Amino acid sequence: MITAQLFQLLCFYFFATVTVGAALSVITLRNTVHAVLALILAFFSTACIWMLAEAEFLAIALIVVYVGAVMVLFLFVVMMLDLDQEKLREGFVKFLPVGILVAVVMLLEMLALIGVRTMRSYVMGANPAAANGHSNSAWLGKALYTHYLLPVEIAALILTVGMVVAVMLTLRQRQHRVANKRQVIAEQVNVRARDRVRLVKMDAAGPTEPPVSRAPEKETR
Amino acid sequence: MDEALFNQLVWPVACIFAIVLPLVLAVAMFVYWERKIIGWMHVRMGPNKVGPLGLFQAFADVLKLLCKEVILPTHANRVLYYLAPMLALIPALAAWAVIPFSDQLVLANVNAGLLYLLAMTSLGVYGIILAGWASNSRYALLGAMRSAAQVISYELAMGLCLVCVLVLAGSLNLSAIVHAQAGSRGMLDWFWLPLLPAFFIYFISGVAETNRAPFDVAEGESEIVAGFHVEYSGSAFALFFLAEYANMILVSFLAAILFWGGWLSPFPVSWGGLGHSSFWWLFIKAFFFAFCFLWFRATFPRYRYDQIMRLGWKVFIPITLVWVLVAGCLKYYGLAGN
Repeated sequence: MITAQLFQLLCFYFFATVTVGAALSVITLRNTVHAVLALILAFFSTACIWMLAEAEFLAIALIVVYVGAVMVLFLFVVMMLDLDQEKLREGFVKFLPVGILVAVVMLLEMLALIGVRTMRSYVMGANPAAANGHSNSAWLGKALYTHYLLPVEIAALILTVGMVVAVMLTLRQRQHRVANKRQVIAEQVNVRARDRVRLVKMDAAGPTEPPVSRAPEKETR
Repeated sequence: MDEALFNQLVWPVACIFAIVLPLVLAVAMFVYWERKIIGWMHVRMGPNKVGPLGLFQAFADVLKLLCKEVILPTHANRVLYYLAPMLALIPALAAWAVIPFSDQLVLANVNAGLLYLLAMTSLGVYGIILAGWASNSRYALLGAMRSAAQVISYELAMGLCLVCVLVLAGSLNLSAIVHAQAGSRGMLDWFWLPLLPAFFIYFISGVAETNRAPFDVAEGESEIVAGFHVEYSGSAFALFFLAEYANMILVSFLAAILFWGGWLSPFPVSWGGLGHSSFWWLFIKAFFFAFCFLWFRATFPRYRYDQIMRLGWKVFIPITLVWVLVAGCLKYYGLAGN
Protein backbone atom coordinates (compact mmCIF):
# COMPACT_ATOMS: atom_id res chain seq x y z
CA MET A 1 0.00 0.00 0.00
CA ILE A 2 1.46 3.33 -1.01
CA THR A 3 1.03 5.99 1.63
CA ALA A 4 1.11 9.69 0.87
CA GLN A 5 4.54 10.06 2.45
CA LEU A 6 6.07 7.22 0.50
CA PHE A 7 4.59 8.64 -2.67
CA GLN A 8 6.16 12.02 -1.91
CA LEU A 9 9.51 10.35 -1.33
CA LEU A 10 9.25 8.47 -4.60
CA CYS A 11 8.35 11.72 -6.37
CA PHE A 12 11.35 13.42 -4.82
CA TYR A 13 13.74 10.72 -6.03
CA PHE A 14 12.18 10.82 -9.48
CA PHE A 15 12.50 14.61 -9.78
CA ALA A 16 16.00 14.55 -8.29
CA THR A 17 17.12 11.88 -10.78
CA VAL A 18 15.70 13.86 -13.68
CA THR A 19 17.38 17.05 -12.41
CA VAL A 20 20.80 15.41 -12.10
CA GLY A 21 20.42 13.61 -15.40
CA ALA A 22 19.42 16.82 -17.17
CA ALA A 23 22.26 18.75 -15.55
CA LEU A 24 24.73 16.10 -16.72
CA SER A 25 23.39 16.19 -20.25
CA VAL A 26 23.79 19.99 -20.31
CA ILE A 27 27.56 19.48 -20.32
CA THR A 28 27.71 16.24 -22.31
CA LEU A 29 25.30 16.80 -25.21
CA ARG A 30 26.99 17.73 -28.47
CA ASN A 31 24.16 19.83 -29.87
CA THR A 32 24.04 23.23 -28.13
CA VAL A 33 20.28 23.63 -28.57
CA HIS A 34 19.74 20.23 -26.98
CA ALA A 35 22.00 21.32 -24.12
CA VAL A 36 19.87 24.43 -23.52
CA LEU A 37 16.73 22.28 -23.54
CA ALA A 38 18.33 19.97 -20.98
CA LEU A 39 19.05 23.02 -18.83
CA ILE A 40 15.37 23.99 -19.10
CA LEU A 41 14.42 20.48 -17.99
CA ALA A 42 16.79 20.80 -15.04
CA PHE A 43 15.13 24.08 -14.02
CA PHE A 44 11.70 22.56 -14.42
CA SER A 45 12.38 19.51 -12.28
CA THR A 46 14.05 21.71 -9.64
CA ALA A 47 10.80 23.67 -9.55
CA CYS A 48 8.96 20.38 -9.05
CA ILE A 49 11.21 19.55 -6.09
CA TRP A 50 10.50 22.97 -4.56
CA MET A 51 6.81 22.37 -5.09
CA LEU A 52 7.15 19.14 -3.10
CA ALA A 53 8.75 21.16 -0.30
CA GLU A 54 5.61 23.37 -0.32
CA ALA A 55 7.53 26.38 -1.60
CA GLU A 56 4.91 27.01 -4.29
CA PHE A 57 5.75 30.67 -4.87
CA LEU A 58 9.45 30.00 -5.43
CA ALA A 59 8.67 27.04 -7.66
CA ILE A 60 6.32 28.96 -9.94
CA ALA A 61 8.54 32.05 -9.90
CA LEU A 62 11.41 29.84 -11.09
CA ILE A 63 9.28 28.66 -14.00
CA VAL A 64 7.95 32.13 -14.87
CA VAL A 65 11.29 33.95 -14.63
CA TYR A 66 13.90 31.39 -15.66
CA VAL A 67 12.07 28.88 -17.83
CA GLY A 68 9.56 31.35 -19.27
CA ALA A 69 11.77 34.36 -19.92
CA VAL A 70 15.52 33.97 -19.33
CA MET A 71 15.87 30.61 -21.05
CA VAL A 72 13.78 31.75 -24.01
CA LEU A 73 16.29 34.53 -24.64
CA PHE A 74 19.11 32.08 -24.05
CA LEU A 75 17.67 29.61 -26.55
CA PHE A 76 17.23 32.48 -28.95
CA VAL A 77 20.93 33.38 -28.76
CA VAL A 78 22.14 29.79 -28.98
CA MET A 79 20.00 29.11 -32.06
CA MET A 80 21.61 32.08 -33.81
CA LEU A 81 25.16 30.89 -33.05
CA ASP A 82 27.09 29.43 -35.93
CA LEU A 83 29.11 26.85 -34.05
CA ASP A 84 31.76 24.55 -35.39
CA GLN A 85 31.23 21.43 -33.28
CA GLU A 86 34.60 19.88 -34.17
CA LYS A 87 36.52 22.93 -33.05
CA LEU A 88 34.68 22.97 -29.73
CA ARG A 89 35.71 19.37 -29.08
CA GLU A 90 39.41 19.97 -29.77
CA GLY A 91 40.43 21.17 -26.34
CA PHE A 92 38.49 18.46 -24.51
CA VAL A 93 41.37 16.09 -23.74
CA LYS A 94 43.77 18.95 -23.02
CA PHE A 95 41.55 20.53 -20.40
CA LEU A 96 40.21 17.24 -18.98
CA PRO A 97 42.77 16.91 -16.11
CA VAL A 98 42.15 20.50 -14.95
CA GLY A 99 38.41 19.95 -15.16
CA ILE A 100 38.57 16.76 -13.13
CA LEU A 101 40.76 18.49 -10.52
CA VAL A 102 38.25 21.35 -10.15
CA ALA A 103 35.36 18.89 -9.98
CA VAL A 104 37.04 16.78 -7.28
CA VAL A 105 37.88 19.85 -5.16
CA MET A 106 34.28 21.07 -5.45
CA LEU A 107 32.95 17.63 -4.52
CA LEU A 108 35.22 17.47 -1.45
CA GLU A 109 34.15 20.96 -0.36
CA MET A 110 30.48 20.09 -0.71
CA LEU A 111 30.93 16.82 1.19
CA ALA A 112 32.77 18.67 3.97
CA LEU A 113 29.99 21.25 4.16
CA ILE A 114 27.29 18.59 4.30
CA GLY A 115 29.34 16.73 6.97
CA VAL A 116 29.58 19.86 9.14
CA ARG A 117 25.85 20.48 8.80
CA THR A 118 24.93 16.92 9.77
CA MET A 119 27.28 16.99 12.82
CA ARG A 120 25.43 20.01 14.18
CA SER A 121 22.19 18.26 13.18
CA TYR A 122 20.19 21.39 13.48
CA VAL A 123 16.46 21.05 13.24
CA MET A 124 14.49 23.11 10.78
CA GLY A 125 11.70 25.17 12.32
CA ALA A 126 8.10 24.49 11.47
CA ASN A 127 6.83 25.90 8.17
CA PRO A 128 5.98 29.48 9.24
CA ALA A 129 3.39 29.89 6.49
CA ALA A 130 1.46 26.81 7.54
CA ALA A 131 1.83 27.74 11.22
CA ASN A 132 0.20 31.14 10.59
CA GLY A 133 -2.53 29.65 8.43
CA HIS A 134 -1.46 31.67 5.38
CA SER A 135 -0.70 30.41 1.93
CA ASN A 136 2.97 30.25 1.07
CA SER A 137 2.92 33.22 -1.31
CA ALA A 138 0.90 35.43 1.06
CA TRP A 139 3.29 34.73 3.93
CA LEU A 140 6.34 35.32 1.73
CA GLY A 141 4.92 38.62 0.51
CA LYS A 142 4.16 39.81 4.01
CA ALA A 143 7.59 38.82 5.33
CA LEU A 144 9.41 40.43 2.39
CA TYR A 145 7.55 43.73 2.53
CA THR A 146 7.52 44.21 6.30
CA HIS A 147 10.42 42.51 8.03
CA TYR A 148 12.82 42.41 5.08
CA LEU A 149 11.76 45.63 3.34
CA LEU A 150 15.18 47.29 3.37
CA PRO A 151 17.07 44.33 1.80
CA VAL A 152 14.34 44.02 -0.85
CA GLU A 153 14.59 47.72 -1.71
CA ILE A 154 18.38 47.57 -1.86
CA ALA A 155 18.24 44.53 -4.15
CA ALA A 156 15.72 46.34 -6.35
CA LEU A 157 17.99 49.41 -6.51
CA ILE A 158 21.01 47.29 -7.46
CA LEU A 159 19.04 45.59 -10.22
CA THR A 160 17.83 48.94 -11.55
CA VAL A 161 21.37 50.29 -11.58
CA GLY A 162 22.48 47.13 -13.37
CA MET A 163 19.81 47.61 -16.01
CA VAL A 164 20.70 51.27 -16.57
CA VAL A 165 24.38 50.38 -16.88
CA ALA A 166 23.60 47.60 -19.37
CA VAL A 167 21.64 50.05 -21.49
CA MET A 168 24.45 52.61 -21.31
CA LEU A 169 27.08 50.03 -22.28
CA THR A 170 25.20 48.81 -25.32
CA LEU A 171 24.04 52.24 -26.51
CA ARG A 172 26.30 52.76 -29.49
CA GLN A 173 27.21 56.34 -30.21
CA ARG A 174 27.42 56.84 -33.94
CA GLN A 175 30.59 58.57 -35.06
CA HIS A 176 29.24 61.15 -37.44
CA ARG A 177 26.13 62.04 -35.51
CA VAL A 178 25.61 63.50 -32.10
CA ALA A 179 22.81 61.17 -31.06
CA ASN A 180 21.50 57.79 -32.07
CA LYS A 181 18.82 57.38 -34.67
CA ARG A 182 15.55 58.09 -33.02
CA GLN A 183 11.98 57.83 -34.12
CA VAL A 184 9.69 60.75 -33.38
CA ILE A 185 6.32 59.10 -33.59
CA ALA A 186 4.33 62.35 -33.61
CA GLU A 187 6.20 63.48 -36.75
CA GLN A 188 5.64 60.12 -38.41
CA VAL A 189 1.94 60.19 -37.69
CA ASN A 190 1.53 63.79 -38.83
CA VAL A 191 3.04 63.14 -42.24
CA ARG A 192 0.63 63.75 -45.11
CA ALA A 193 0.94 62.18 -48.50
CA ARG A 194 1.54 65.53 -50.21
CA ASP A 195 4.68 66.11 -48.07
CA ARG A 196 6.33 62.97 -49.38
CA VAL A 197 4.91 62.32 -52.83
CA ARG A 198 4.70 64.86 -55.60
CA LEU A 199 2.45 64.06 -58.50
CA VAL A 200 3.69 65.65 -61.69
CA LYS A 201 1.38 66.16 -64.64
CA MET A 202 3.04 65.12 -67.88
CA ASP A 203 1.95 64.64 -71.42
CA ALA A 204 1.64 61.07 -72.43
CA ALA A 205 4.66 59.88 -74.42
CA GLY A 206 5.89 56.88 -76.37
CA PRO A 207 3.70 54.22 -77.91
CA THR A 208 0.53 55.66 -76.39
CA GLU A 209 0.75 58.54 -78.85
CA PRO A 210 -2.02 58.11 -81.37
CA PRO A 211 -0.66 56.87 -84.72
CA VAL A 212 -3.13 59.16 -86.48
CA SER A 213 -0.84 62.17 -86.10
CA ARG A 214 2.01 60.30 -87.74
CA ALA A 215 0.02 59.24 -90.73
CA PRO A 216 -0.05 62.64 -92.45
CA GLU A 217 3.77 62.89 -92.18
CA LYS A 218 4.19 59.78 -94.26
CA GLU A 219 1.95 61.22 -96.87
CA THR A 220 4.03 64.34 -97.22
CA ARG A 221 7.18 62.31 -97.87
CA MET B 1 -8.83 1.47 -1.18
CA ASP B 2 -11.40 1.61 -3.96
CA GLU B 3 -12.78 4.88 -2.69
CA ALA B 4 -9.30 6.39 -2.45
CA LEU B 5 -8.49 5.22 -5.95
CA PHE B 6 -11.74 6.76 -7.19
CA ASN B 7 -11.15 10.08 -5.40
CA GLN B 8 -7.51 10.45 -6.38
CA LEU B 9 -7.40 9.02 -9.86
CA VAL B 10 -10.68 8.30 -11.60
CA TRP B 11 -12.59 11.43 -10.58
CA PRO B 12 -9.82 13.95 -11.47
CA VAL B 13 -9.25 12.27 -14.83
CA ALA B 14 -13.00 12.38 -15.50
CA CYS B 15 -13.00 16.09 -14.58
CA ILE B 16 -10.05 16.75 -16.90
CA PHE B 17 -11.91 15.09 -19.75
CA ALA B 18 -15.02 17.08 -18.87
CA ILE B 19 -12.99 20.26 -19.46
CA VAL B 20 -10.74 19.25 -22.36
CA LEU B 21 -13.34 17.59 -24.60
CA PRO B 22 -15.77 20.57 -24.55
CA LEU B 23 -12.74 22.82 -25.06
CA VAL B 24 -11.72 20.96 -28.21
CA LEU B 25 -15.32 21.09 -29.41
CA ALA B 26 -15.41 24.80 -28.59
CA VAL B 27 -12.26 25.32 -30.65
CA ALA B 28 -13.90 23.56 -33.60
CA MET B 29 -17.03 25.69 -33.34
CA PHE B 30 -14.92 28.80 -32.77
CA VAL B 31 -13.06 28.20 -36.01
CA TYR B 32 -16.40 27.86 -37.79
CA TRP B 33 -17.68 31.03 -36.08
CA GLU B 34 -14.51 32.89 -37.05
CA ARG B 35 -14.88 31.99 -40.71
CA LYS B 36 -18.55 32.94 -40.63
CA ILE B 37 -17.93 36.27 -38.87
CA ILE B 38 -15.06 37.25 -41.13
CA GLY B 39 -17.11 36.18 -44.10
CA TRP B 40 -19.97 38.44 -43.06
CA MET B 41 -17.60 41.31 -42.40
CA HIS B 42 -16.15 40.83 -45.89
CA VAL B 43 -19.68 40.56 -47.33
CA ARG B 44 -19.19 36.88 -48.16
CA MET B 45 -21.12 33.81 -47.09
CA GLY B 46 -18.45 31.92 -45.18
CA PRO B 47 -18.58 28.11 -45.03
CA ASN B 48 -22.10 26.92 -45.90
CA LYS B 49 -21.77 23.62 -47.74
CA VAL B 50 -20.88 20.94 -45.17
CA GLY B 51 -23.88 20.14 -42.98
CA PRO B 52 -26.68 22.54 -42.11
CA LEU B 53 -25.38 26.16 -42.37
CA GLY B 54 -21.91 24.71 -42.88
CA LEU B 55 -21.77 23.66 -39.21
CA PHE B 56 -19.72 20.54 -39.92
CA GLN B 57 -17.04 22.43 -41.85
CA ALA B 58 -14.62 22.40 -38.90
CA PHE B 59 -15.02 18.64 -38.44
CA ALA B 60 -14.47 18.04 -42.13
CA ASP B 61 -11.27 20.10 -41.90
CA VAL B 62 -10.07 18.14 -38.89
CA LEU B 63 -10.73 14.86 -40.70
CA LYS B 64 -8.83 16.14 -43.72
CA LEU B 65 -5.86 17.22 -41.57
CA LEU B 66 -5.74 13.89 -39.72
CA CYS B 67 -5.70 11.95 -42.98
CA LYS B 68 -2.79 13.91 -44.40
CA GLU B 69 0.82 12.87 -44.22
CA VAL B 70 3.09 14.56 -41.68
CA ILE B 71 6.13 15.56 -43.69
CA LEU B 72 9.57 15.83 -42.14
CA PRO B 73 11.73 18.38 -44.00
CA THR B 74 15.25 17.34 -45.00
CA HIS B 75 17.86 17.93 -42.29
CA ALA B 76 15.15 18.81 -39.80
CA ASN B 77 15.75 17.85 -36.19
CA ARG B 78 13.44 14.85 -35.96
CA VAL B 79 12.85 14.72 -32.19
CA LEU B 80 12.31 18.45 -31.70
CA TYR B 81 10.24 18.70 -34.86
CA TYR B 82 7.70 16.25 -33.49
CA LEU B 83 8.00 17.50 -29.91
CA ALA B 84 7.28 21.16 -30.71
CA PRO B 85 3.54 20.89 -31.46
CA MET B 86 3.03 19.02 -28.20
CA LEU B 87 5.06 21.61 -26.28
CA ALA B 88 2.73 24.25 -27.70
CA LEU B 89 -0.44 22.34 -26.88
CA ILE B 90 0.32 21.00 -23.39
CA PRO B 91 0.61 24.40 -21.59
CA ALA B 92 -2.43 25.67 -23.51
CA LEU B 93 -4.52 22.81 -22.10
CA ALA B 94 -2.84 22.66 -18.67
CA ALA B 95 -3.71 26.30 -17.96
CA TRP B 96 -7.41 25.37 -17.93
CA ALA B 97 -6.95 23.42 -14.69
CA VAL B 98 -7.30 26.51 -12.50
CA ILE B 99 -10.11 28.31 -14.36
CA PRO B 100 -13.16 28.59 -12.06
CA PHE B 101 -16.38 28.21 -14.09
CA SER B 102 -18.60 29.04 -11.16
CA ASP B 103 -18.54 29.22 -7.38
CA GLN B 104 -17.92 25.50 -6.87
CA LEU B 105 -17.07 24.43 -10.38
CA VAL B 106 -13.27 24.40 -10.52
CA LEU B 107 -10.86 21.54 -11.14
CA ALA B 108 -7.95 22.80 -9.00
CA ASN B 109 -8.72 25.60 -6.57
CA VAL B 110 -5.06 26.39 -5.92
CA ASN B 111 -3.80 29.37 -3.94
CA ALA B 112 -1.28 30.52 -6.52
CA GLY B 113 -3.67 30.13 -9.47
CA LEU B 114 -2.75 33.42 -11.13
CA LEU B 115 0.98 32.63 -10.92
CA TYR B 116 0.32 29.19 -12.35
CA LEU B 117 -1.50 30.75 -15.30
CA LEU B 118 1.37 33.15 -15.89
CA ALA B 119 3.80 30.22 -15.83
CA MET B 120 1.74 28.15 -18.27
CA THR B 121 1.21 30.98 -20.75
CA SER B 122 4.94 31.75 -20.71
CA LEU B 123 5.79 28.11 -21.49
CA GLY B 124 3.77 28.04 -24.69
CA VAL B 125 6.43 30.02 -26.56
CA TYR B 126 8.82 27.05 -26.50
CA GLY B 127 6.62 25.14 -28.92
CA ILE B 128 6.83 28.05 -31.36
CA ILE B 129 10.58 28.61 -31.05
CA LEU B 130 11.44 24.93 -31.32
CA ALA B 131 9.10 24.46 -34.26
CA GLY B 132 10.84 27.33 -36.03
CA TRP B 133 14.30 26.03 -35.33
CA ALA B 134 13.71 22.31 -35.85
CA SER B 135 12.06 22.82 -39.25
CA ASN B 136 15.40 23.81 -40.81
CA SER B 137 13.70 26.56 -42.79
CA ARG B 138 14.48 30.27 -43.01
CA TYR B 139 10.89 31.38 -42.97
CA ALA B 140 10.11 29.25 -39.95
CA LEU B 141 13.15 30.54 -38.06
CA LEU B 142 12.25 34.16 -38.82
CA GLY B 143 8.71 33.56 -37.58
CA ALA B 144 9.99 31.92 -34.41
CA MET B 145 12.31 34.86 -33.70
CA ARG B 146 9.56 37.39 -34.20
CA SER B 147 7.19 35.42 -32.05
CA ALA B 148 9.64 34.94 -29.19
CA ALA B 149 10.52 38.64 -29.06
CA GLN B 150 6.87 39.61 -29.16
CA VAL B 151 5.71 37.15 -26.50
CA ILE B 152 8.49 38.12 -24.08
CA SER B 153 7.76 41.84 -24.54
CA TYR B 154 4.03 41.57 -23.99
CA GLU B 155 4.34 39.13 -21.12
CA LEU B 156 5.80 41.93 -19.01
CA ALA B 157 2.87 44.27 -19.61
CA MET B 158 0.45 41.39 -19.07
CA GLY B 159 2.12 40.42 -15.80
CA LEU B 160 1.93 44.00 -14.54
CA CYS B 161 -1.81 44.11 -15.35
CA LEU B 162 -2.25 40.94 -13.32
CA VAL B 163 -0.33 42.63 -10.48
CA CYS B 164 -2.95 45.43 -10.54
CA VAL B 165 -5.72 42.83 -10.23
CA LEU B 166 -4.11 40.99 -7.37
CA VAL B 167 -3.37 44.22 -5.51
CA LEU B 168 -7.10 44.98 -5.49
CA ALA B 169 -8.21 41.39 -4.86
CA GLY B 170 -5.52 40.62 -2.29
CA SER B 171 -5.28 37.05 -3.49
CA LEU B 172 -3.72 34.91 -6.21
CA ASN B 173 -6.63 32.48 -6.13
CA LEU B 174 -8.91 32.99 -9.13
CA SER B 175 -12.11 32.15 -7.24
CA ALA B 176 -11.11 34.62 -4.52
CA ILE B 177 -10.48 37.26 -7.20
CA VAL B 178 -14.04 36.82 -8.51
CA HIS B 179 -15.43 36.90 -4.96
CA ALA B 180 -13.51 40.14 -4.33
CA GLN B 181 -15.45 41.73 -7.20
CA ALA B 182 -18.85 40.88 -5.73
CA GLY B 183 -20.60 43.89 -4.22
CA SER B 184 -23.86 45.75 -3.84
CA ARG B 185 -23.28 47.94 -6.91
CA GLY B 186 -23.23 45.04 -9.35
CA MET B 187 -21.24 45.82 -12.46
CA LEU B 188 -19.64 48.93 -10.96
CA ASP B 189 -17.87 46.83 -8.33
CA TRP B 190 -16.01 44.78 -10.92
CA PHE B 191 -12.36 45.53 -11.51
CA TRP B 192 -12.79 46.91 -15.05
CA LEU B 193 -13.76 50.29 -13.63
CA PRO B 194 -10.82 51.05 -11.31
CA LEU B 195 -8.44 49.19 -13.64
CA LEU B 196 -9.77 50.35 -17.02
CA PRO B 197 -6.34 51.04 -18.63
CA ALA B 198 -5.00 47.78 -17.20
CA PHE B 199 -7.97 45.92 -18.68
CA PHE B 200 -7.37 47.30 -22.17
CA ILE B 201 -3.65 46.62 -21.92
CA TYR B 202 -4.31 43.10 -20.67
CA PHE B 203 -6.60 42.29 -23.55
CA ILE B 204 -4.35 43.81 -26.21
CA SER B 205 -1.37 41.98 -24.71
CA GLY B 206 -3.46 38.82 -24.79
CA VAL B 207 -4.04 39.32 -28.50
CA ALA B 208 -0.30 39.86 -28.97
CA GLU B 209 0.61 36.83 -26.83
CA THR B 210 -1.56 34.52 -28.89
CA ASN B 211 0.02 35.91 -32.08
CA ARG B 212 -3.33 36.95 -33.46
CA ALA B 213 -4.05 39.75 -35.93
CA PRO B 214 -3.13 42.64 -35.82
CA PHE B 215 -0.05 41.28 -34.01
CA ASP B 216 0.45 38.24 -36.23
CA VAL B 217 3.88 39.14 -37.63
CA ALA B 218 4.99 35.70 -36.44
CA GLU B 219 2.81 34.21 -39.16
CA GLY B 220 2.84 37.19 -41.53
CA GLU B 221 1.74 35.27 -44.61
CA SER B 222 2.56 38.12 -46.96
CA GLU B 223 6.18 38.23 -45.74
CA ILE B 224 7.21 34.84 -44.37
CA VAL B 225 4.49 32.54 -45.78
CA ALA B 226 3.20 31.13 -42.48
CA GLY B 227 6.01 31.73 -40.03
CA PHE B 228 6.94 29.07 -37.52
CA HIS B 229 4.56 26.35 -38.77
CA VAL B 230 5.28 26.72 -42.47
CA GLU B 231 6.80 23.22 -42.71
CA TYR B 232 4.14 21.45 -40.66
CA SER B 233 1.36 19.47 -42.22
CA GLY B 234 -1.43 17.14 -41.18
CA SER B 235 -2.03 16.42 -37.53
CA ALA B 236 1.12 18.26 -36.36
CA PHE B 237 -0.26 21.44 -37.88
CA ALA B 238 -3.65 20.68 -36.33
CA LEU B 239 -2.02 20.63 -32.87
CA PHE B 240 -0.59 24.14 -33.39
CA PHE B 241 -3.98 25.29 -34.57
CA LEU B 242 -5.67 23.76 -31.53
CA ALA B 243 -3.15 25.36 -29.16
CA GLU B 244 -3.60 28.82 -30.70
CA TYR B 245 -7.39 28.72 -30.46
CA ALA B 246 -7.38 27.18 -26.97
CA ASN B 247 -5.13 30.06 -25.90
CA MET B 248 -7.49 32.61 -27.44
CA ILE B 249 -10.45 31.16 -25.54
CA LEU B 250 -8.31 31.07 -22.39
CA VAL B 251 -7.43 34.78 -22.69
CA SER B 252 -11.13 35.55 -23.20
CA PHE B 253 -12.09 33.62 -20.07
CA LEU B 254 -9.32 35.30 -18.08
CA ALA B 255 -10.41 38.77 -19.19
CA ALA B 256 -13.92 37.93 -17.99
CA ILE B 257 -12.72 36.43 -14.70
CA LEU B 258 -10.11 39.03 -13.78
CA PHE B 259 -11.84 42.24 -14.87
CA TRP B 260 -15.51 41.53 -15.57
CA GLY B 261 -16.63 39.63 -12.49
CA GLY B 262 -16.38 36.06 -13.78
CA TRP B 263 -19.64 34.20 -13.17
CA LEU B 264 -21.26 37.16 -11.33
CA SER B 265 -24.44 38.57 -12.80
CA PRO B 266 -24.39 42.22 -13.93
CA PHE B 267 -27.96 42.67 -12.67
CA PRO B 268 -29.21 43.01 -9.07
CA VAL B 269 -30.44 39.87 -7.29
CA SER B 270 -34.02 41.22 -7.22
CA TRP B 271 -34.28 40.58 -10.98
CA GLY B 272 -34.74 36.86 -10.35
CA GLY B 273 -33.29 34.56 -13.01
CA LEU B 274 -31.24 37.31 -14.68
CA GLY B 275 -29.77 38.47 -11.38
CA HIS B 276 -28.71 34.97 -10.41
CA SER B 277 -24.94 34.42 -10.68
CA SER B 278 -24.22 31.43 -12.85
CA PHE B 279 -21.58 30.03 -15.16
CA TRP B 280 -23.69 31.17 -18.10
CA TRP B 281 -22.63 34.72 -17.34
CA LEU B 282 -18.98 33.70 -17.56
CA PHE B 283 -19.61 31.99 -20.89
CA ILE B 284 -21.47 35.03 -22.27
CA LYS B 285 -18.69 37.41 -21.24
CA ALA B 286 -15.96 35.10 -22.55
CA PHE B 287 -17.88 34.69 -25.81
CA PHE B 288 -17.92 38.45 -26.27
CA PHE B 289 -14.16 38.73 -25.77
CA ALA B 290 -13.53 35.76 -28.08
CA PHE B 291 -15.70 37.56 -30.63
CA CYS B 292 -13.46 40.64 -30.20
CA PHE B 293 -10.46 38.55 -31.35
CA LEU B 294 -12.27 37.86 -34.62
CA TRP B 295 -13.50 41.43 -34.91
CA PHE B 296 -9.91 42.73 -34.56
CA ARG B 297 -8.73 40.30 -37.18
CA ALA B 298 -11.29 41.48 -39.70
CA THR B 299 -10.75 45.16 -38.88
CA PHE B 300 -7.13 46.09 -38.26
CA PRO B 301 -4.20 45.89 -40.67
CA ARG B 302 -1.09 44.13 -39.40
CA TYR B 303 1.26 46.11 -37.15
CA ARG B 304 4.80 46.73 -38.26
CA TYR B 305 7.44 44.94 -36.16
CA ASP B 306 9.00 48.14 -34.73
CA GLN B 307 5.52 49.46 -33.92
CA ILE B 308 4.78 46.30 -31.97
CA MET B 309 7.96 46.66 -29.94
CA ARG B 310 7.34 50.35 -29.31
CA LEU B 311 3.77 49.72 -28.17
CA GLY B 312 4.85 46.98 -25.79
CA TRP B 313 7.90 48.56 -24.23
CA LYS B 314 7.33 52.30 -24.45
CA VAL B 315 3.57 52.59 -24.06
CA PHE B 316 2.13 49.61 -22.22
CA ILE B 317 4.83 48.97 -19.62
CA PRO B 318 5.02 52.61 -18.37
CA ILE B 319 1.21 52.85 -18.18
CA THR B 320 0.88 49.59 -16.26
CA LEU B 321 3.74 50.55 -13.92
CA VAL B 322 1.88 53.76 -13.05
CA TRP B 323 -1.39 51.88 -12.74
CA VAL B 324 0.10 49.44 -10.22
CA LEU B 325 0.80 52.51 -8.07
CA VAL B 326 -2.72 53.85 -8.70
CA ALA B 327 -4.23 50.48 -7.78
CA GLY B 328 -2.19 50.46 -4.57
CA CYS B 329 -3.46 53.95 -3.67
CA LEU B 330 -7.07 52.99 -4.50
CA LYS B 331 -6.76 49.98 -2.25
CA TYR B 332 -5.01 51.91 0.54
CA TYR B 333 -7.65 54.66 0.65
CA GLY B 334 -10.47 52.11 0.38
CA LEU B 335 -11.75 53.38 -2.98
CA ALA B 336 -11.66 50.00 -4.67
CA GLY B 337 -11.19 46.35 -3.76
CA ASN B 338 -11.99 45.08 -0.32
